[in-house]
Amino acid sequence: MLKFRYRDRELAKRIIDKLRQMKLNLQIMHVCGTHQDTIVKFGLDSMLREVGVKVIAGPGCPVCVTTAREFEEAVALAEAGKTVAVFGDAYRVPGITKSLAQAKARGRDVRIVYSIEDAVKLAAEGREVVFMAIGFETTAPSTAVTLLKEPPENFTVLTCHRYVPPVLKAILEMGEVRLDGLIEPGHVSTIIGVKPYEPLSERFKIPQVIAGFEPLDVLMAVYMIAKQVARGEARVENEYTRSVRYEGNTKALKVIDEVFEPVDIEWRGFPVVPGSGMKLKRGFEEYDARRRYEDELKKVQEMPYVKPKGCKCDEILRGLKEPADCPLFGRACTPQHPVGPCMVSIEGSCAIEYKYGRRRVS
Amino acid sequence: MCLAIPAKVLEVSGDKARVDFGDGVLREVNVSLVDVQPGQYVIVHAGFAIQVLDEKEAEETLRIWQEILSYGEEDAEVQVQGQRAS
Repeated sequence: MLKFRYRDRELAKRIIDKLRQMKLNLQIMHVCGTHQDTIVKFGLDSMLREVGVKVIAGPGCPVCVTTAREFEEAVALAEAGKTVAVFGDAYRVPGITKSLAQAKARGRDVRIVYSIEDAVKLAAEGREVVFMAIGFETTAPSTAVTLLKEPPENFTVLTCHRYVPPVLKAILEMGEVRLDGLIEPGHVSTIIGVKPYEPLSERFKIPQVIAGFEPLDVLMAVYMIAKQVARGEARVENEYTRSVRYEGNTKALKVIDEVFEPVDIEWRGFPVVPGSGMKLKRGFEEYDARRRYEDELKKVQEMPYVKPKGCKCDEILRGLKEPADCPLFGRACTPQHPVGPCMVSIEGSCAIEYKYGRRRVS
Repeated sequence: MCLAIPAKVLEVSGDKARVDFGDGVLREVNVSLVDVQPGQYVIVHAGFAIQVLDEKEAEETLRIWQEILSYGEEDAEVQVQGQRAS
């Protein structure tokens, strides 16, 4: 299998040797939970630190950056008697009062689905079904395609979809963390292509490499960034050419544009990020749960939200802290009893750290 | 969430295809976002194929890396840059 060739130890060792020779002092951010999984699972972070490269995680977990208020909207709809369908990854994330899992434990109808199509099938049985649509550009096309096929009228979508490039811009503008390069997410890029990243390299003079998810992909991306830094370059390179075409997936981009339009939206840990949310366009309002159930959702907009004490998800999502910096990690916050979303999603930094056994540093 | 897994397409019927995730797990996925033939590999995310994997490109990438990393010569480097520009 090709997969295993992208795990070749000999090649990995050679990349590390090359990096060592370069005598580096770099800090690089990635924005994809799957990259974080590869990095921790294969111990790439410690290998890279030894050669002067620190790779940090940014806001790359769609479930994690969805706000507590958005989860509370889904909870409120479940409590109002709707069937709420959600990806398993988001089921246990706390809203303002409770998680969907807790709503289910209290008798509400919450269903875990693998795909939006499963949610549409539930609607075909006659109940009012709300699909909580979480995800970046990777997931949004499936929502768009489904809505274009005119699902039953008792089916609605609570859209929490977000565009990635605007949050990258926000991070670079905020300038809270020193960044020498960005590793861009391979599957978001499979959809959006290379072009949307180019203005960022131009404006912020930052090297970017789109990378796949095998260990060699990530190591090679680091090497390509290091090379750019050494040469004083700042451009976008594509390491993941087996999946990412320059123009992206044009079919998928077309359906996103047909169904969604950009809107300003808050991300967990961030202020409102201009143009980063995906709002249903005119013509699709009938499928908009926020519109259909405006009355049921009104109280959620008015609810005060107090961040759980001690939780460092916000700082982790901005690349300022790591799971081990959180006083709750592995103690008050575990995958069974998560306090913040980073411990819930399989793409959350805390869940990944916990899964591979690095539960506490002290 | 953006976790996506490669699978081999066995048969295509309209918007749907039967795919093999390689561990004996066969599943039906939606292929309306790609143009795909049986025998090709697709990347599947949340029940939808989001791209057809370019196997030739995958082999070529590995070959170029071998070259760069074996010699570290700028010649090999130039090749890789050229390819990335596409």
